[in-house]
Amino acid sequence: MINPLQPIGAALIGITQTAGRISFFAGNAIGNGFLGPFYWRQLWRQMVEIGFYSLPVVGLTAIFTGMVLALQSYTGFSRFEAESAVATIVVLSMVRELGPVLAGLMVAGRVGAAMAAELGTMRVTEQIDALSTLSTDPLRYLVFPRLIAGLVTLPLLVLVANVIGVMGGYLVGVHKLGFGPIEYLNRTFEFLETQDVVSGLAKAAVFGFIIALMGCYHGYHSRGGAQGVGTATTHAVVSASILILTANYFITEAFFSR
Amino acid sequence: MKIRIRGLRKSFGSNHVLQGIDLDVPQGQSVVVIGGSGSGKSVLLKCILGLIEADAGSILVDGEEVVGASARRLTTLRTKFGMLFQSAALFDSLPVWENVAFGLMAAERTERPEARERAIQTLAKVGLTPAVADQFPSELSGGMKKRVGLARAICTAPEIIFFDEPTTGLDPIMSDVINDLIRTCVSDLGATALSITHDMGSVRKIADRVAMLYDGAIIWEGPVASIEDSGNPYVEQFIRGHADGPIDVGQKVPAGG
Ligand SMILES: Nc1ncnc2c1ncn2[C@@H]1O[C@H](COP(=O)(O)OP(=O)(O)OP(=O)(O)O)[C@@H](O)[C@H]1O
Ligand SMILES: [Mg+2]
Repeated sequence: MINPLQPIGAALIGITQTAGRISFFAGNAIGNGFLGPFYWRQLWRQMVEIGFYSLPVVGLTAIFTGMVLALQSYTGFSRFEAESAVATIVVLSMVRELGPVLAGLMVAGRVGAAMAAELGTMRVTEQIDALSTLSTDPLRYLVFPRLIAGLVTLPLLVLVANVIGVMGGYLVGVHKLGFGPIEYLNRTFEFLETQDVVSGLAKAAVFGFIIALMGCYHGYHSRGGAQGVGTATTHAVVSASILILTANYFITEAFFSR
Repeated sequence: MKIRIRGLRKSFGSNHVLQGIDLDVPQGQSVVVIGGSGSGKSVLLKCILGLIEADAGSILVDGEEVVGASARRLTTLRTKFGMLFQSAALFDSLPVWENVAFGLMAAERTERPEARERAIQTLAKVGLTPAVADQFPSELSGGMKKRVGLARAICTAPEIIFFDEPTTGLDPIMSDVINDLIRTCVSDLGATALSITHDMGSVRKIADRVAMLYDGAIIWEGPVASIEDSGNPYVEQFIRGHADGPIDVGQKVPAGG
């Protein structure tokens, strides 16, 4: 007879083990990283990769999201004559939720996958072993700069995405829905609080860290040639996306309850 | 004794690769390990470097234990080592000169312009022109990669150098240049070398002592001069390169029925 609870228990144990391994990995990378030496060149390369080269993708996502938000909230709110809330809805949704989450998901697909593929290839072609033989700690050289880059660069990217998203809303609001330009901008900033922006950027920092951690962890531990690297890439993107959405709820709750 | 290995064991699942290796590498000498493909030669080197954790046994490098050593101890120990990987394992995100000078910049904190100079000098030793220095590994031929890997292994003038098949993929003339280079590292710079090769010409040229790995153990070990009359049928078969003999080449097809 099969105990119906057994698969659930096994899955739970599996998840706990993986979570433990990932925490251990992150702890080691950060611990070793702070001991130095620090590889500024690596950090810069990763920051450019995350911040600069993700701009087109994230910018496009943001502008269309802002535009669609304006349209949707207009149709929705016109039913009870509250059209004037459009600008506020756009900026709040963008800054608090959609900016960080959409940028996070896009960057997970772009950068998380690239990190997993790069580290995975380095692993299966023995480049990570070669680093060790050259007295360089691979965690310090490869992983730590990526974690830091994710942590500091994603908030910057999200800041830009927020501006672009609001601009998208403005374009639709002014040119299609007939708001006055000044009126729209006033409305945008009228109810916006510092905490809205800060919570969004805090989310972005956490998401950036998650993306880099998942990319590095799965890449670093990939096994068995091209197929292994492919699997690592998939795992990195899927796990980062799920963790982003999960973390998003808890961070929102933490800021909300204050 | 620079490296002293006793009872070294390593299995991957049910694949018992090393089953009690005993091997000594004397200070300032060049030892070559020969053995069939898949016999575990590369695994042996990686165990000594601490890249693969051995299951049992002891590896002493200058009297210091590698098996079970902490990551930090290993990092310190590895400053003595240079390693040429069988696959070269070049960093493909870095140009050739940064590959070669990596150890200088990482461990010895040499400034970039000086490191570049030294990288170019080392590249010249392996027969590569300064023009190669700014290329990326993906632009090189297999033999060139191998030589860049070799340059990277010797650039910091390490005390102990491991060469995993240094001459495979090289033309006969370039092989000879590399053999001479390995010899120079040992006799002129006083390095200790542990190499793996299938190339008997190379063995005769670079080895002071030869050890043969078969079936997870060192079955014969002795000075290179005595390899011709080792009296060991396995060694005989290996150096003559005959398909028939005591070594199981795994192509015996069961008689049809
Ligand atoms: N990381 C690993 N995981 C599992 N098995 C491995 C691993 N590395 C090596 N092996 C196995 O160990 C055995 C010895 O491999 P090794 O690479 O040491 O052979 P080798 O003697 O260097 O052969 P060659 O002369 O062809 O390079 C092989 O059977 C191989 O399948
Ligand atoms: Mg090998």
